[in-house]
Amino acid sequence: MSFLGKLSIDAIPYHEPIIMVTLAVIAVVGLVIAGLITKYKQWGTLWFDWITSVDHKRLGVMYIVLALVMLLRGFADAIMMRTQLAVATNGAAGYLPPEHYDQIFTAHGVIMIIFMAMPFMIGLMNIILPLQVGARDVAFPFLNNLSFWLTAGGAILINVSLGLGEFAKTGWVAYPPLAGLELSPGVGVDYYIWALQLSGLGTLLTAVNFLVTVFKMRAPGMKLMQMPIFTWTCTWANILIAASFPILTAVLAMLTLDRYMDFHFFTKEAGGNSMMYINLFWAWGHPEVYILVLPAFGIFSEVISTFTAKRLFGYKSMVYASGAIAILGFIVWLHHFFTMGSSANVNAFFGIMTMVIAIPTGVKLFNWLFTIYRGRLVLSVPVLWTLGFMVTFTIGGMTGVLLAIPGADYVLHNSLFLIAHFHNTIIGGAVFGYLAGFAFWFPKAMGFKLDEKTGKAAFWCWQIGFLLAFLPLYVLGFLGMTRRLNHTDNPDWNVWLYIAAVGAFVIAIGIFFQLLQLFISFKNRQQLKDSSGDPWNGHTLEWSTASPPQYYNFAHIPHVKDIDAWTDMKESGESYQTPQKYAPIHMPKNTSAGVFMSMGFTIMGFALIWHIWWLAILGFVAGVGVFIKRCYSKDVDYYVPVDAISEIETAHLTANAKGVNS
Amino acid sequence: MSIRNLAKLAFVTTVLLLAGCSGGVLDPKGQVGMDEKNLIILCTILMLIVVVPVIVLTLYFAWKYRASRDFEIYTPKWAHSTKIEAVVWSIPILIVIALGVITWRSTQALDPYAPLNDKGEHLTVEVVSLNWKWLFIYPEQGIATVNELVFPANKPVAFKITSEDAMNSFFIPQLGSQIYSMAGMETKLHLIADEPGTFKGISANYSGAGFSDMKFDAIATRTQADFDDWVQHVKQQRNVLTAETYQTLAEPTEDHPVTYYGKVSNGLFNQIVMKYMKDHGAMDFYAKPSHGARGSHRMSEMKQPGHHAEVNE
Amino acid sequence: MSTLAASMQSDDAHEHHEHHENNTVFGFWLYLMTDCLLFASFFATYAVLFMNTAGGVSGKDIFELNFVALETAALLVSSITFGLAMLGAQKQNRKAALSWLAVTWVLGASFIGMEVHEFHHLIIHGHGPQTSAFLTAFFSLVGLHGLHVTAGLVWMTIMFIEVSRRGLPDQTVTRLSCLSLFWHFLDIVWICVFTVVYLMGAM
Repeated sequence: MSFLGKLSIDAIPYHEPIIMVTLAVIAVVGLVIAGLITKYKQWGTLWFDWITSVDHKRLGVMYIVLALVMLLRGFADAIMMRTQLAVATNGAAGYLPPEHYDQIFTAHGVIMIIFMAMPFMIGLMNIILPLQVGARDVAFPFLNNLSFWLTAGGAILINVSLGLGEFAKTGWVAYPPLAGLELSPGVGVDYYIWALQLSGLGTLLTAVNFLVTVFKMRAPGMKLMQMPIFTWTCTWANILIAASFPILTAVLAMLTLDRYMDFHFFTKEAGGNSMMYINLFWAWGHPEVYILVLPAFGIFSEVISTFTAKRLFGYKSMVYASGAIAILGFIVWLHHFFTMGSSANVNAFFGIMTMVIAIPTGVKLFNWLFTIYRGRLVLSVPVLWTLGFMVTFTIGGMTGVLLAIPGADYVLHNSLFLIAHFHNTIIGGAVFGYLAGFAFWFPKAMGFKLDEKTGKAAFWCWQIGFLLAFLPLYVLGFLGMTRRLNHTDNPDWNVWLYIAAVGAFVIAIGIFFQLLQLFISFKNRQQLKDSSGDPWNGHTLEWSTASPPQYYNFAHIPHVKDIDAWTDMKESGESYQTPQKYAPIHMPKNTSAGVFMSMGFTIMGFALIWHIWWLAILGFVAGVGVFIKRCYSKDVDYYVPVDAISEIETAHLTANAKGVNS
Repeated sequence: MSIRNLAKLAFVTTVLLLAGCSGGVLDPKGQVGMDEKNLIILCTILMLIVVVPVIVLTLYFAWKYRASRDFEIYTPKWAHSTKIEAVVWSIPILIVIALGVITWRSTQALDPYAPLNDKGEHLTVEVVSLNWKWLFIYPEQGIATVNELVFPANKPVAFKITSEDAMNSFFIPQLGSQIYSMAGMETKLHLIADEPGTFKGISANYSGAGFSDMKFDAIATRTQADFDDWVQHVKQQRNVLTAETYQTLAEPTEDHPVTYYGKVSNGLFNQIVMKYMKDHGAMDFYAKPSHGARGSHRMSEMKQPGHHAEVNE
Repeated sequence: MSTLAASMQSDDAHEHHEHHENNTVFGFWLYLMTDCLLFASFFATYAVLFMNTAGGVSGKDIFELNFVALETAALLVSSITFGLAMLGAQKQNRKAALSWLAVTWVLGASFIGMEVHEFHHLIIHGHGPQTSAFLTAFFSLVGLHGLHVTAGLVWMTIMFIEVSRRGLPDQTVTRLSCLSLFWHFLDIVWICVFTVVYLMGAM
């Protein structure tokens, strides 16, 4: 084995013009950004205030930036797939040979779920959840920074696969024996494994961190049944993460042993059992979709009750319904493979359990309806996303229940009907929710509101583009078209494939409007400035802080007496009161340990992918070494002096005194 | 034209377009597929009972209670009503109970493993998914074909399915259910064509580079005699499928042409399954009780190696 | 204003600190629950694969219960000695804490030594993890536990140095409590391994 393992100059795909152009564009954009940072002398800010930050709000912003960048990458994959299928009809080969196309649909799935939706969700949770429970930070701020960088490390690996070697050609589920060494001898599956392992570890640590925050660090007076609904849904999601991600870690570790050390967990030979992989994978994979969608449900609840200027209808029902969804989500995984040959009783059991999930979900929809009922609904951008969700998601839920009926699944399984269904729930449910949350909490995180006009344009393009892109897939599913086809030769399918491609481009315009919105809003940030910290007359504690919030969040930890704690304080006259005195605040210091640790583990992952054993050991030792060093660092915290607090607080209170009087 | 009329128009157009298109799962040509189509339609209608009101109410409430209509009743603190809560919990519960009963019954009735008993004697076909083609072995006739499946209409077919390499899914959309093909395992499927015709068969589970062309024609002949003629025709082919020629066939190919084998060595299908399954130890952990107790957890059956000791040695 | 005054008192540094130590133990306990699920996945896989011996050896042929019982005894006793170390630590008795930690370390290391010996013995007799799905699952499950114990030993070494240099401030005692949770947890997992893998396998 050579010094660089399997890595050589041939690993760069020179012969693939599409990849080379993409790499060139990435390089140019990277250089431009680096140039701008240099020009405005921002490298110091970037390193000291962001990369090494342990502030949950800044980490949240970084998560969302990561999610948006990966959204662009994953969406580029989507556009390529839709155009390939629109041109490769009637037996034509199209422009993407299977060799390349198969990597694209695998990468699209992995990126959109693991590196777009998850960071987006975790980013929003990071920014908002500690504020909502009245805490000054999460329980373990350093760990939070580490989690982010582990996720980023995974994202880096998956992007490196574009220019060095290849990505997996197995579909995002990577079922063996296809993902085994015999049928996938390249480095693609190894990229998949290590990218998922790194980010999975980051996600798991995040869940532990936020569970401790919620259970141990709530503001005094806040009972569990008084936590804001978004905090509740995130908590259920975190419980699901803590309970399901270890299974992913385990199953990937087994696949790794099969591929690296010739073990026989899932091989055809020597008694391996690939069905075990499929079971374990979905024992993680199904809870994963609820991890994505539950926080979105929380966002919709917050948005609807804020913009109707009304309390959320049926708070308790909402909490229990979320809990029921979380628990039931764990006992339905088999519905992903009714066609594997389980007995009728087993299939029927899992089918019915799946349908039962429709009950709490339906209750939630009704509760949102009755929150609007007798309210004063402002049709702002977050509300548009919410209404769009309620319509779209209902359809997605219906097709989901249909797929849960084994008899129907026998003909719809793996068809484009299934593709339409899960995009219907993940885009129409989770992503619409994150985008609603993005518009809703943007002023809180950044200090200025987003431009309304472009925001509405973006929504309508997404909504219409979504319907155009995915409703035809339902039809194609009925017409017998299966997923992951590279080319087709059925003339009946063509028109639907064309419409779907058009839909993808309409969504692309929506994404363009969102980028434009960010640009315009940044340009007009003075006019759009949110000086009050409470632009929507919010209900919960995050709106009691300035925008962006003070880095210590709360000069005084508030006392909570109601679910809508901030509304309660505003009504009882407790809001914006100048306290008699301030006390120094104990705060964690920023640290570079997280980013260096993650760098060590990312290098280890990269080295393992290419079988560069010495470098893998080096990366691992470096990562662990940085951690141990950090454990014995004395320079980890400081006190914010009273003068500094007083100055910041006075500014916030003065701004609001003006606002209240006018 | 109001939005609702537009929606109606879109619905009608879709239905017409769907009806006009043939060849999909909504255009079934066999009993199994027919039952599954009816199941889909019935359940969809049941669900529309909730789905349509939710969508309509969403749009209606959003219109009626928008902020500019400040003359509507406004109750900012109203957040609980036991009556409404009872209704919103019970409606989905009732629908799901109905769907649950339908699911339980239909899953029993449509069990792919259950023979179509009232339809008469089954024709047995052994199916092997290879990279990237389908091999069909007719043990009773002693012939085999690649990428073409022929059987008489109105006669039920019992498929025994396995795979040489990656997992595939054996699927003829117009006839109904699909089932996975997995190496070292044997899965089962029972289908029937109610009328003669040529139906498209596919793999419905991605299995690698040549997957898109892993297609075959499923031809239901008009009569048993037509089928027998076809069998005779195949038998005249000189190609013989033995363990050796199977090895050659198993090499990866794409868009494999239709091939006939006039003769097949005995027990080839079992050998293909057993070459991996022999590794599954001595105990019959997975085996189904032989008297067909339906309740057992039967992940695709693993045979008991003891029964096939002669193959192992 | 009275609420504000009350909240100011809770900002008191000492209380904040204690809060923090509590969080650490709770957080670590949560992490252990996730670790538990990691083991559960390997147990489930073992249960599915343990009959798949590929015509090779089964548990009956290779398990030496006497040897494993000795191994088990070492680990169980080490749990008790760690408990004694914790008692010492809580009484701020550095000497007691350090000596019991040392005893625990030796017991843990002998457990690992015996496990390595067992693995080595199996591999040189041609029963390595590459031989069959049963051995794959066996080596992975037992090895996963062994890796945990090894990590525990490394951690214990570091804690030994920490205690001998720094004594037993709150933070160190918290870290020792986490390690102690970890160690007892591994003991419980081992009891499951011993029962499910060795006892049931040898029967």
